[in-house]
Amino acid sequence: MQVLIDNAGLLLDAFGMTLKLLVVAGLLSLVWGTVLAAMRVGPVRVLNVAGTFYVTVFRNTPLLVILLLTFFGLPKLGITWGYFWPNIIALTLYTSSFVCEALRSGVNSIPLGQAEASRSLGMTFGQSMREVILPQAFRAVVPPVASVLIALTKNTSLVAIFGLPDLTARMKDLLTDHATELFWIFFGIALAYVLIVEVISAIATLIERRWRVA
Amino acid sequence: MASSVLFDAPGPRTQARHRLYAIISTIILAAVAAVILWRFWVAGQFDPDLWEPFVTPRIVNALLWGLSQTLLMAVVAVLGAVILGFALGIAKLSDHVPIRWPAWLVVEFFRAVPLFMLILGTWFLLGAQPGWMGYWAVVIGLWLYNGSVIAEITRAGIGALPKGQSEAAYALGMRKSTVMQVILLPQAVKIMLPAIISQSIVALKDTSLGYAVLAPGLTFIGKQVFTEFRNVIPTALVLAATYIVLNLLLTWLATWAQKRYAGERKVDMTVVAAGLAPVGDDSGAGDAA
Repeated sequence: MQVLIDNAGLLLDAFGMTLKLLVVAGLLSLVWGTVLAAMRVGPVRVLNVAGTFYVTVFRNTPLLVILLLTFFGLPKLGITWGYFWPNIIALTLYTSSFVCEALRSGVNSIPLGQAEASRSLGMTFGQSMREVILPQAFRAVVPPVASVLIALTKNTSLVAIFGLPDLTARMKDLLTDHATELFWIFFGIALAYVLIVEVISAIATLIERRWRVA
Repeated sequence: MASSVLFDAPGPRTQARHRLYAIISTIILAAVAAVILWRFWVAGQFDPDLWEPFVTPRIVNALLWGLSQTLLMAVVAVLGAVILGFALGIAKLSDHVPIRWPAWLVVEFFRAVPLFMLILGTWFLLGAQPGWMGYWAVVIGLWLYNGSVIAEITRAGIGALPKGQSEAAYALGMRKSTVMQVILLPQAVKIMLPAIISQSIVALKDTSLGYAVLAPGLTFIGKQVFTEFRNVIPTALVLAATYIVLNLLLTWLATWAQKRYAGERKVDMTVVAAGLAPVGDDSGAGDAA
């Protein structure tokens, strides 16, 4: 217990680092994942294939291997961006493929009859998208996207291997110095992750409830 | 949703526009690929010296040994996780609060904590030495994490069965444990199988974390290779290709199992992984204790 209080400042900084990774990588993944989803469902065949290829490759490669490529590989190609950005790039490349799939599955969950009905009412493509499909699709993608963000929260722990002082890196340092306090250190830091996960989960439930029809 | 419903069949003008988009995007994609390859070329990444290790018998054998360790680790991890997951999942459905409540707590905790943290914690608990300690740290971490995910899959699988199944069994005079063993689990396993295979893909990818706790496996051998030959990019690409091939095989197996055993009934992995209530679910099956 004492060791957590003694290192409170350090741990708070580490918590900030984890949050910063989550927010930056999360936003970039949402943007890039949306672009990928648009590529996959759009009318251009070349982009369909490219999007599918991207998702297949990055979803099936361990994040650790992607981190090896960005952290050790980019400097070999003459691109030196310090410690933070290679980690962010790897997290984004990996997470965006899951965002893409989450968006696609959400949109696909809208029954076909909705589109048929709006079209037979004489709505144009723009109208049926704006008034019928997208409002429902937004609601349907909330749980899968939240689930992707929760996975991202947990995946940020891998940056500890690649030189960033996040919560997991601090846990490793503290465990090295205070081996006898293992359980306090482990559960104390685990609680910080549980907190982030619960907040994302609560926000998702709230959004979903607010947007629910009837 | 078939996008074809949303707009009319493209006429000649739209077709021409789509062709233009196709040409522009091909040029952009080709340019991106060219820039990447050019950078590789300039940095000398196509130098045969960097790729030669992967046709050298000594290195290939070492990598194959690493692969065998990784596969063994994944099998042990998934088997243990399935046993733990069944136990926790059934405990969560128990009628007794003292059994249900701790099971719920364990599942919620290990699902929310990063796997890498679990592995590190276990590693330090064992003594933080390379070799078998690293190996078991990864395996135990995978048991705890995947066990709690499979617990949720189990609950969802049993919840997906028609209520009449257990009611009929009770009406025949079966006890609770018999109903679970003879009636519910055998049917639920069929529904759960595809989800469990998908989860083993996650477990297989996560064995790569052995890298950080010096556990024998593919990434650990990879580290030795790229330390010796200073060829991190080729090594990482070879590792990535290996994992992609293995995972595609598992994906194919999951699709096959879905068609063969589960049909239309499906365990929603989103709900399982995030612990969120299913959209529009009021059956009580997703009731989070």
